[in-house]
Amino acid sequence: MNERIWKRIYKNKTSLFGLILVALFALVALLAPVLAPVQNKNNPYQLPQKSYQIAPQPPSSQNWFGTTEQQYDLYYGVVWGTRLAFKIGITVTFFAFLIGLFVGGIAAYFGGKTDEILMRLTDIVFAVPSLVLAMVIAAMLGPDIKNMMIALTAVAWPSYARLVRGDILSVKQRDYVTAARTLGARGPRILLRHILPNSIYPSVVVASLDIGYIVLTAASLSFLGLGAQPGTADWGQLIAMARNWVLGIPGHTFFYWYTVVAPGGAIFLFVLGWNLLGDAFRDILDPRQG
Amino acid sequence: MLRYIIRRLLLLPLVVLGVTFGLFFLTQRLSPEMRASLYIKDPRQMNAMEEIIREYGLRDNVFKQYGRWLGNVVKGDLGYSPSANMPVARAIKEYLPATIQLAFVTILLVVFFGVWFGSASAVHKDKWQDIVARFVSVGGFSLPIFVLGLLMLMLFYGKLGWFAPGGYSVQSNMIIHAAAFKTYTGFLLIDTLLNGHPRVFLDVLFHLVLPSVTLCIGSFALMVRVMRSSMLEELNKDYVRTARAKGLPEWKVVYKHAGKNAIIPVITLASIQFIRLLGGTVIVETIFDYPGIGRFGVIAAQQLDIAGILGFSLMVAVLFVIGNLLSDILYTAVDPRIRLE
Repeated sequence: MNERIWKRIYKNKTSLFGLILVALFALVALLAPVLAPVQNKNNPYQLPQKSYQIAPQPPSSQNWFGTTEQQYDLYYGVVWGTRLAFKIGITVTFFAFLIGLFVGGIAAYFGGKTDEILMRLTDIVFAVPSLVLAMVIAAMLGPDIKNMMIALTAVAWPSYARLVRGDILSVKQRDYVTAARTLGARGPRILLRHILPNSIYPSVVVASLDIGYIVLTAASLSFLGLGAQPGTADWGQLIAMARNWVLGIPGHTFFYWYTVVAPGGAIFLFVLGWNLLGDAFRDILDPRQG
Repeated sequence: MLRYIIRRLLLLPLVVLGVTFGLFFLTQRLSPEMRASLYIKDPRQMNAMEEIIREYGLRDNVFKQYGRWLGNVVKGDLGYSPSANMPVARAIKEYLPATIQLAFVTILLVVFFGVWFGSASAVHKDKWQDIVARFVSVGGFSLPIFVLGLLMLMLFYGKLGWFAPGGYSVQSNMIIHAAAFKTYTGFLLIDTLLNGHPRVFLDVLFHLVLPSVTLCIGSFALMVRVMRSSMLEELNKDYVRTARAKGLPEWKVVYKHAGKNAIIPVITLASIQFIRLLGGTVIVETIFDYPGIGRFGVIAAQQLDIAGILGFSLMVAVLFVIGNLLSDILYTAVDPRIRLE
C-alpha cells in the first residue's frame, strides 16, 4: 500500500468516511471481549439470554440496545456480530481467493483445453445469481455458520478465478517474462517468481473489498433461516427475529423499533463503509480516471 | 454474431446440467431414509420406508439417480413439491409470472428514477442536487434489502396502513380463483383487465408497490451512476455547444439533445438489471409474502424440499442463460459499435 493511495483516500471526504467506518468496526471486532464480556465460555457467539419472556424489552441501563425476542441482548449481538461478520468475511474471501488463484493460475498458465474446461466451470457457477445458489447449497448442507461459509465460498471463487486469469494473461506477455524464459527459468519458477508477484496485487485489493458484499450475502442467508441459528450473535439472524415485531402493538407501530434499528443500523454502516472504501479504490485502480 | 448466439446456446445445456448435477450430488449427503420421507404423506407409510427407498431407487449410485431425475424432467415431470403442496411444474407455472411482473414494474421504476436522479446529478454537478442524488443512491445500495423491507412494512403497512403484504386482497383472491376467471397470460395485471375486473387490477397493482419500491431503492444506484456519467460525457460534446450557441433554451439542450444520446447505456443496463432482479426478488418476496417464484424457492430451501429446490434451480439457470443472451443481443442492437465474439 503506497503513500499515494492513502493521500487520495484522505483527500476524498466520502472515502475517508468509509475508511473510518471500517476501522471503527474492526476496532469493535478486536475489542469484543472487552466491550461485551463473554457469557458462555464455550461459544462466545452465543447470545446471553436474560429470561424466556417472549416480547422484546426497550433499551435500559442493563441492556443498552434493548433485548429482542426471547430476551437475547441486542448490544452483545451487535458487538459480537461485528466480530462474526469479520470472521465470515475474511474467511470466505481468503478461501475463495485461494481457490480462484489456483484455478485461474492453472487456466492462464496452461491455456488451451485446460483453460476452456476451467472457464466453462466458472460459467456454470456464474449462470445462477449468487444469493440463490448460496441459498440452495446452504440448505442442502444444513443450516449453520460453517456450512454457510462453505456455500458462500462455493459461489465466490469463480469471479476471482477470472480476475487472476486475466491479470496473469496480461503479465505473461511482458518482456521480463520472456527474458526469464530465455535465461532458462522453468515453468513453475516463472509462474511463482515472475508472473504471480506482478499480477496478484490488484486482484487481492478487489477481493478484500468484497468483504462487505460477502457479509451482506451471509446476513441475507441468516435472515432466510439458512445460516446462523437463533441465539447466535449474527446480524442477519437478529433481523430475522425482529420480523415478528415490526408491527408493534395496536396504536404504537414503532413500539419495538430497536429490534430492527440495532442490528439493521450495524449492517447498514458496515456495508456502507466497505462500499465507500471500494469506490475510492476502484477509482484509484482504474487508470482512465484522473 | 450468429456464431456467438449458437455458442451461447450450446452453453445452456452445460450450465443446466452442471448446476443441477452439482445440487443433486449434494442431496446424496442426506440419508436415503431422509430422502424417502419426502415421499411420505401419511404417517402410516413410515413402516414402508424400505419399500419406498427400493421403489424410487434411492440407494442407487448418484449418476443413475440423476439420470432418472433428468429423464423425468425431459418428460415434463419435475416431481412433487411438499412445501408448495403441488407438482413443481405447476408451482413454477403459477408463481413465475408474478415474479416477472414484479421485476418488470421494478425495472420501470429503476429506469424512471435512475434517469431522473442521474441527469439532475449531471446537470447540477457538485451542487446540492448532485450530492443528494449520490447520497441516496449509495445509501440505498448499502441498505440491505431485508432491513429496508422491514422498515417499509413498519411505515406503510403498520403506521399508515396504505399498502398490505401479499399478492392481492382476500376479496380479489376469491375472484381470481373463481371458476369464471380465465387465465390468458398468467400475468395478473393483464388477466384481470381481460376478465373485466378493473378493481382487482388496481388491487394487484397496489400490492406491487411496496416490493417494487423496495427492490428499486436497492438497485437503482448503479443506474444513477451510469446515467450521470453518460450525461456528463454528452454535455461536454461539441453538438451540445453548438445547440447552446444557437440559443436553444437549456432544458431543450439537456433533454432533447444530450438526453437522447445519454440514455443508450441506460437501456442496456436496464435489460441486464431486469435479469439480475429475478434473483433479488427472493428476499423481497419473502418479506412481503408475495406469491412469486422466489418465495417458493426460499420455502423449498427452508423445508429441504429436494424436488422443489432442484426444479427452482433448474428454472433459474435456464432463465438466466437465456436472459443474459437476450441482453447481450440487445446490447448490439442499441450500440452497433459493439461486436459479439
